[in-house]
Amino acid sequence: MILSRPSISLRRNADHALAPLLLALAAGAALILLLVVVFLLRESWPLLDDGGWLRFVTDEGWHPLEGRFGLLPMVWATLAAALGAMLIATPLGLAGALFECFYAPPVLARLYRMMVALLAGIPSVVFGLWGLTVLVPLIARWQPPGASLFAAIIILALMILPTVALTGSAALRGVPASLLHGAAALGMTRRGIVTGVAIPAARGGITGGVLLATARALGETMAVLMVAGNVVQNPTGLFEPVRVLTANIALEMAYATGDHRAGLFASGLLLTLMVLMLAWFAARTNRSEDHG
Amino acid sequence: MALTGIILLQPPLLKAADDRLTLTGSSTVAPLALEIGKRFEKQNPGIRIDVQTGGSTRGVMDARAGLADIGMASRALKPKENDLTAHTIALDGIGIILHRDNPVVALSDQQIIAIYTGRITNWRKVGGKDARITVVNKAEGRSTLELFLHHLMLKNSAIKPHVVIGDNQQGIKTVAGNPNAIGYVSIGTAEFEATQGTPIKLLPMAGIAASVENVRNHTFPLSRPLNLVTRGEPSTLVRRFIDFAQSEAVDDLIQAQYFVAP
Repeated sequence: MILSRPSISLRRNADHALAPLLLALAAGAALILLLVVVFLLRESWPLLDDGGWLRFVTDEGWHPLEGRFGLLPMVWATLAAALGAMLIATPLGLAGALFECFYAPPVLARLYRMMVALLAGIPSVVFGLWGLTVLVPLIARWQPPGASLFAAIIILALMILPTVALTGSAALRGVPASLLHGAAALGMTRRGIVTGVAIPAARGGITGGVLLATARALGETMAVLMVAGNVVQNPTGLFEPVRVLTANIALEMAYATGDHRAGLFASGLLLTLMVLMLAWFAARTNRSEDHG
Repeated sequence: MALTGIILLQPPLLKAADDRLTLTGSSTVAPLALEIGKRFEKQNPGIRIDVQTGGSTRGVMDARAGLADIGMASRALKPKENDLTAHTIALDGIGIILHRDNPVVALSDQQIIAIYTGRITNWRKVGGKDARITVVNKAEGRSTLELFLHHLMLKNSAIKPHVVIGDNQQGIKTVAGNPNAIGYVSIGTAEFEATQGTPIKLLPMAGIAASVENVRNHTFPLSRPLNLVTRGEPSTLVRRFIDFAQSEAVDDLIQAQYFVAP
């Protein structure tokens, strides 16, 4: 079915010209990603060479000016911040999506949608500034120094919440009406339809959205840099300051030369690989949904 | 095929324009250079002064590589940078800042070292309230950090920070928001913020008040030159701009930024 479509259209003349052009453009998009990875590899090569990448794991601490390049604490911090944000944003965003799709009166649903979309549009640096001047001092009064993994998680959760809510509601809207009507005709309650039919049917889209939001949390820079404290150490507690990989690059790149610079590109490479793995995972969950 | 053509396309070679000056480097020097540049443009119609930030190291690298006509560096040149020439246009000091509500009025160098290396962790030990100290440090590679470490003869790996910051503003906001924090930033910026009502205060060093005044008369121990950096024989326009930046005609601009005319 899928294969027969292009072979039919290729017989037409206009499509004959269009197909290779689209192929070239699509290849270009893929090539850009490849070029980025190649570029990162090339720039970090001075450090990766002769098994130097082992130093990212074995070196104690990140002190590039003293020749120490331990990246692991920042990898853990990045994962912890993204995971924590996901754990908070997923139930909140999902609840919002369910409310909007199944419970809210149309006027309220529209208003809610607009507000969530607006929240998605707030620049990250604004979240960061709010975090630095309001949230961090607030936490500091309770658990000094305030700038911490916890602050980073809260800020990130706020930032990815709209992504979870919007993709979740799109997935729920994508559930065929016939399914819902059928369930209603069988006499199921609204709660039963939502939990028993709508959510399972939209599961793939919801998971995909959550994973995309997590990818965004992994890559977010400015806001986290302003609230996380940026001390390079393993995240041992919620109220300890940590540095994520993106903040590492933003803090030091302008001032780095030689091996220090290569080390920062290596951070970028690592981060890209983490996001790629997550994207691959997201694509896989969506696909298995299509076939199941 | 068209695609490879696009990728391999060379950027058009930049012609060395004789009516345009590019400055890159230190974010401390940049606002001052921008103001001086504006005045220079006004006095020399048709000339464009382009100022970009990126840190002292970038300023030095760009000047060396010829990517910028003039590099900006908020530090003295290092011995291995002797292929370049530094032209000092102003002085700046680095001062220790605390929250205004912190009762501590002075710290010795030894106490500062003990606080930054984690041997003193409570303000009570240095005559303050019973509260945990939040140590604010700068990110690696920044010239402010280098100057601070050099003065206290510390290695950065010996410092046990609770917060690591990028620029002066982030440092001031962090200390202003945390009554138990200690940090160090440019004296000019800190003095300016303090007069604007930001709840921070500058501590004296070795008994000498951290003020623009004491930076000017070279008595304040933690100070640095703000330099314009050039390589080789400067062009006429570069020479004229540097002469202008070092002349008394820009003293009011230096003062307005809370720096000190040398």
